[in-house]
Amino acid sequence: MSFINYSSREINCKIVYYGPGLCGKTTNLQFIYRKTRPEAKGKMITLATETERTLFFDFLPLSLGDIKGFKTRFHLYTVPGQIFYDASRKLILKGVDGIVFVADSQVERMDANIESFDNMKINLEEQGYSLSEIPYVVQYNKRDLPNVVPVAELKKVLNVNGVPDFEAVASDGAGVFETLKAVVKLVLIELKKGA
Amino acid sequence: MPQSSFVMFEEEYREITAAVEKLLREANAKCVYLVDKDGQLISSSGETKDIDATSLASLTAGNIAATGGLAKLIGEKEFSILFHEGERDNLHISVVGQRVILVVIFDKRSSLGLVRLRVKKASEELGRSIQKLLDRMAADADKENLLKEITDDDIERLFH
Repeated sequence: MSFINYSSREINCKIVYYGPGLCGKTTNLQFIYRKTRPEAKGKMITLATETERTLFFDFLPLSLGDIKGFKTRFHLYTVPGQIFYDASRKLILKGVDGIVFVADSQVERMDANIESFDNMKINLEEQGYSLSEIPYVVQYNKRDLPNVVPVAELKKVLNVNGVPDFEAVASDGAGVFETLKAVVKLVLIELKKGA
Repeated sequence: MPQSSFVMFEEEYREITAAVEKLLREANAKCVYLVDKDGQLISSSGETKDIDATSLASLTAGNIAATGGLAKLIGEKEFSILFHEGERDNLHISVVGQRVILVVIFDKRSSLGLVRLRVKKASEELGRSIQKLLDRMAADADKENLLKEITDDDIERLFH
């Protein structure tokens, strides 16, 4: 849920990166962190296991400039992608304003993508949201790998609603900011619409 | 969308901050933070400059959310108080009015008993302010004016 503070003149929104295990959610945040000016970002928090798998969430606060004299701040979170962390995923979706669904383009991860997407829908519904009402975009990550599914096919399965979608190679940053920009736009437009 | 925005107005902000400052003094605490359950910092007071408040807010909310999940698992509504004891500093975390989280950091200049007592008192006061704020949010049209005024150009300009 967005937080509008008239006293400190800030608009705060929460964006969650969702997707199957090892699809590159944390990598997206790490790239954003590396490429953002120090004054526009806060500390990145990673709650991970010893093998660097996300255990609870990653968190990155980001400032994007002013709108009508209000600072816009976006809190980016990732969920743990591994199936058995479902309870944690539900918690992180609480109060979400926008979602980036990160898909792993590799052929062998197709089932995991579908499972994660369905899981996201279920978890959103449990929180009282519906995917058709929440701003979200889709990112097809790992496009540099040899065994990827063609984008047209990914679209057919993971983007039936025709939301903005992007090809990406998060490890070298391709498509990362395009994805972020698109979801931020949708969130702000939704905020305006809801007014 | 099931929820609309959480909006903080000047008047309620002053009231809430005054209550937070009062708690800081009365509990002899190092610092006090008030955080929204979604992880947004609402107000803070005390020796806060060495602590990353944004991180603190987000981790506290995560902590309360995880503990809330545990509570539900065993059939409790929520655990309204969490206490973490450190070598020097201690953390007292409590839920106020089911909506916001009060974080008190204190050291040996205070005690758990005193903090609990003062937090309880402050929670009543803060609970009233938060309720007032929620009522005002439900009734007030201020935020709608701001958001309606945002143009597509404003949004586009953020990225240039």
